[in-house]
Amino acid sequence: MSGILSSSIGRKFAMSISAIFLIVFLLQHFVINILSVFNPTVFNQVSHFMGTFWLVQYILQPILILGVIFHFVMGFILEIKNNKSREIKYVKNNGNANSSWMSRNMIWSGLVILSFMILHFIDFWIPEINTKYIVGDMSGMHNGEFRYYTELVEKFHNPLRVGAYCLAFVFLALHLLHGFNSAFQSIGANNKYTKGINSFSKLYAVGIPLGFIFIALFHHLKQNL
Amino acid sequence: MNLTLKIWRQKNANDKGKMVDYQVSDISTDMSFLEMLDVLNNELIEKGDSPVAFDHDCREGICGMCSLYINGEAHGPGRKITTCQLHMRMFKDDDTIYIEPFRAKAFPVIKDLVIDRSAFDRVQYAGGFISVNTSGNTQDANSIPISKHAADEAMDAATCIGCGACVATCKNSSAMLFVGAKVSQYALLPQGKVEATDRVLNMIHQMDAEGFGNCTNTGACEIECPKGISLENIARMNREYLKASLKG
Repeated sequence: MSGILSSSIGRKFAMSISAIFLIVFLLQHFVINILSVFNPTVFNQVSHFMGTFWLVQYILQPILILGVIFHFVMGFILEIKNNKSREIKYVKNNGNANSSWMSRNMIWSGLVILSFMILHFIDFWIPEINTKYIVGDMSGMHNGEFRYYTELVEKFHNPLRVGAYCLAFVFLALHLLHGFNSAFQSIGANNKYTKGINSFSKLYAVGIPLGFIFIALFHHLKQNL
Repeated sequence: MNLTLKIWRQKNANDKGKMVDYQVSDISTDMSFLEMLDVLNNELIEKGDSPVAFDHDCREGICGMCSLYINGEAHGPGRKITTCQLHMRMFKDDDTIYIEPFRAKAFPVIKDLVIDRSAFDRVQYAGGFISVNTSGNTQDANSIPISKHAADEAMDAATCIGCGACVATCKNSSAMLFVGAKVSQYALLPQGKVEATDRVLNMIHQMDAEGFGNCTNTGACEIECPKGISLENIARMNREYLKASLKG
């Protein structure tokens, strides 16, 4: 077991596990967010539960933050190592002949997602942590009602922010179109289920980001039309 | 056909190297790509110039010696063929053809289009074998039951000729298709299971030490492999490595 993370396959494996964890988290995030479209009351209740339940706040949230940091840092480390493995580049290279754009540009789609996450943290996570753990207000209330839905809607008022969110989710879709089934290949799951995993991964990679885009546009258009 | 060739010329391992343009004329569509280079070299020799150095041996797609990166693809356009099996009918009159050596830090250029692929040999020495008694009392292989499916998969993996197209075409210069094939061909057979743990650990250790990159599953290696080695072999190697790491 010793030294497994110092090997190329060990690093691939760790990268895949963190990716699968983030894919599961993304689905959970989407399920909660879509509630804001169909039932703001339930959205508020679920948001308050997630924002105050000890297991989520003190166990799952730190694991998630570590998972995100690990995935990005390992992504950069692998990119740097991989660039060093070919010091002189080809004069002519026809990458389109044998691989998808998404698979060759994970670092760029990842960087766009990282930029989006910084914006997302500034928009939601930092104010939330400030309210709960700096100010010490764990009630989740503002002017006598839950504040989560109102805060979400307010954020989607600005068309530039909505545009940035939509663009980021397009890149998330591109990232997932390669990353989802790639994660399964890296953990050695290339077997009779591969076709099914590949089909599901395409559905997920397009469907979930489209769903997030729909949520952003829905709240933007609802208050601006 | 009349063609413009842009060929990588490099005097030796220490030379910086550069692309040089050549014109060739009256090339038959029936010629192989290497025969076209032979024509060019004859002309260069007649002019007193140094011929273009390139690797070749069997010219039948078996030995794995030929190793050219043609118009941005390992072994050129066309699938499941080596450079020596590439024919000039794949090109058109007045085409410009880029010819470069397979590039990877682990495959340094020796001269022009000739590269040093001894990194593959060292990965093989690290574990790409089985230990058998060859003193004359070796058991008949046919007496060991092997399922048809396992035998077929092992045979498919064993068709890897070690040409290095997987490394050349991978954006990360990863050797995982080659090593995956070598690990798989033994992992699938009873004779290979005895040393399976040491084999995969040692071969991966050597692969990393040679400076090959990490696989990011672009799948380019499988597409460009002249023998059609499947990505399943990389997945199997990953499983074997994780199993061995947990054991060892």
